[in-house]
Amino acid sequence: MTQFVFDPTKVMDIDFTKRTEYLEGLEAIKAAHKVLKEITFTPSLPDKGYNNRSLYVNVGTLEVKEKPVTQQMKDVFIGGRGFGLWHLWNAVKPTTRWNDPENEIIISPGPVAGITQYAGTGKSLVVSLSPQTDIPIDSNVGGYFGPLLKFSGFDALEIQGKSECDVIVFIDGQKGIIRIEEAPQDPVDSHVLAEVLTHMYAENQADMVNISVVCTGAAAEHSLVGMLNFSWWDLRRGCIRLKQAGRGGIGTVFRNKKIRAIVCRGPQVKGDLNHVADFETIAKTGIKYHKEIRTNDPYQCMMRRNGTAHIVEIMDAYDLLPTHNFQYGSHPDTHKIDSAYWQSRCTQKTVDGCWYGCSMACAKGADGLVVKTGPYKGHTVTVDGPEYENAAGLGSNCGVFDPDYLLELNFYCDTYGICTITYGTLCAFVMECYQRGILNKERTGGLDMTWGNAEDDLEMMHQMARGEGFGVIAGQGVKKMKELFIKNGWGDPQLINDIGMENKGLEYSQYLSKESLAQQGGYALTNKGPQHDEAWLIFMDMVNKQLPTFEAKAEALYYFPLFRTWFGLNGFCKLPWNDVVPSNNAQQPEAHKIPEHVQNYVDIFSATTGIKIDKDELIHQSAKVYNFQRVFNIRMGKGLRKDDHAPFRSLGPVTSEEYLSRQERYDKQIAEEMKLDPTAMTLEEKMAAHRSWRQGRYEQLTDAVYKRRGWTPNGVPTLERLKELGLDVFPEVVDVVKLHL
Amino acid sequence: MIQVNGDGMEWQDGLTVRGVLVYRNFRFPLLIITVNGELIQPKAYDTTLVPDEAEVQVIHLMSGG
Repeated sequence: MTQFVFDPTKVMDIDFTKRTEYLEGLEAIKAAHKVLKEITFTPSLPDKGYNNRSLYVNVGTLEVKEKPVTQQMKDVFIGGRGFGLWHLWNAVKPTTRWNDPENEIIISPGPVAGITQYAGTGKSLVVSLSPQTDIPIDSNVGGYFGPLLKFSGFDALEIQGKSECDVIVFIDGQKGIIRIEEAPQDPVDSHVLAEVLTHMYAENQADMVNISVVCTGAAAEHSLVGMLNFSWWDLRRGCIRLKQAGRGGIGTVFRNKKIRAIVCRGPQVKGDLNHVADFETIAKTGIKYHKEIRTNDPYQCMMRRNGTAHIVEIMDAYDLLPTHNFQYGSHPDTHKIDSAYWQSRCTQKTVDGCWYGCSMACAKGADGLVVKTGPYKGHTVTVDGPEYENAAGLGSNCGVFDPDYLLELNFYCDTYGICTITYGTLCAFVMECYQRGILNKERTGGLDMTWGNAEDDLEMMHQMARGEGFGVIAGQGVKKMKELFIKNGWGDPQLINDIGMENKGLEYSQYLSKESLAQQGGYALTNKGPQHDEAWLIFMDMVNKQLPTFEAKAEALYYFPLFRTWFGLNGFCKLPWNDVVPSNNAQQPEAHKIPEHVQNYVDIFSATTGIKIDKDELIHQSAKVYNFQRVFNIRMGKGLRKDDHAPFRSLGPVTSEEYLSRQERYDKQIAEEMKLDPTAMTLEEKMAAHRSWRQGRYEQLTDAVYKRRGWTPNGVPTLERLKELGLDVFPEVVDVVKLHL
Repeated sequence: MIQVNGDGMEWQDGLTVRGVLVYRNFRFPLLIITVNGELIQPKAYDTTLVPDEAEVQVIHLMSGG
């Protein structure tokens, strides 16, 4: 192990309080606001984690009303992503598409969200019909909005309709007021807008921490890959910070509804606003965990110093860091963007974290970045991160190893409202198409998309924000770019399909899955598309060899997606589960599940809600929502086996360069796994053998996974499975399934 | 010859657990290591000798987003 030791002398001396301010036109912006609708409500605090009501706002009709959260909703859907999916199911029809008025954006934090005694409890789950996939997307996000919404009196916020003018929805949980305001002069980009609105709606300096803004940026208006920023006020820095609900284009839906921002002003956060059933157990569990972080984190992942970027060099060492559009898994220049660099570049003399009480505190701020390009050229800004996904996606996967440019790409993604994971993968695809002559300067409108050309990479992003040029094409995402390039006859269709890293229309996140069959399934045998938050099995499968059979892989692809779904039902962050472990973890049975932490979650849920569960019931809770989401996908015309197809780049080597770069490995597999003689085969024959073998294994895995999940060979949950889960009480759910049995 | 996660590795006199990690470039910090079924604590990686024909398990705990 080559754990970097924190050396304070290596941290750059950057003034973390200095940055460009955007408050000059605040009064004029405020004066231009016009109230379109105002209602009053009675603020309330949750009882045992629930308020038992949600808030419905239609920005088209201006209808605002409270809706009850029923016992059935709580029993079946728990909260968070579950509530989002249930509201969305009831709002849309099978024919509804992302830009129809009936599509909704639902934000729900979950019953545990907002407790301040345990790490990682500030998450909101955002659900909508995705413009990229045409099925429900769920995206989890930190920042204060979800907990403040809940402490204002609502377990979920449903936004429906389409406005004719730019609007802001303001929820004042202190005064009990909800307003829809026309906002004709508000800034567009998130780092400016969130700052302006935080100052506008806070009544004084001390009130700033009670404000959270949900907003996006200019690129969300011209692309399908828009994301949502959730803000919080960083008291020590004296500025707003942003966390992102990135995946699936929810920011695009947001702007299509002409929403400029949603602002919540909650009450001052205190220790037990959830009014939990058993505070003592939560406090005791939290103290035990905080002590574990303090003692073990400096010797384990150093999350408090590095955040998730601690794995950049680790992924490189295991040949898993996506490089040049997932062609390779490592690069000689990775040291320029590894955790040692980010540790020195991110401010270390202030405490970070995106919700109160999170001792893991992995949110990091890179202060003092002077922007070199675009509309904010010359401005001094604070950038959140970069997290691992950003360093890998915007960095190595596009061949960008200049950390200042990487930070600038991260900054513009955030403020323009672009998902960093999606942008990294779509830009890497563009660059490989450029490398292989599928694209050229004529087709890109003059952009030189050579690997590592950060200036033209940034220009493509600026075009996306301006709604101009090739940036508009790139902003449609990999799936639609593939269709366009093939339609235009710009290259071999099979090659274009092989190297375009999307499944269901969503771009892959930033791990190389070629040598882990289980992770290939962890990406493509998913509900929303290839995001690693369902399952990350690469080490178990590829390195530890703990999953030697299809059945063992299928069991992992049963358990972990359900276990991780549960975080999103409750408002938990996944990171405190497994980015630190107890000192005695190695001696525990099923150590890879971190059993002590699983028990912590069981205890905290029980202590919050008063509903006693165990680790098996935890999985059962998730299984209801997971299978409901699968049926929802089928209802929307997808969710079948054909939709779980994976691009070949995720399964194995597409090109001769890829094969030759790891020839020893691939030849060995031909000899040992396929029982063929590689010395008697041409390169083309060897590549064809790999394609056949790898695709065959993926199909066998799919069979095993569907069987373990209680699905038909076409990926449809059986009626027996629905009955086991209690989903047969919903006739519409049963009707959807019956059509496919 | 020893087995490391099922793969063969040349044994040499004086091979320690740390030596196995370095040879295999196992850099991840969250590991559970057993040598012939016996759990090795991290503080003993430098001093624990790995005998010839040993079966070494280096279990990497999960990570990722």
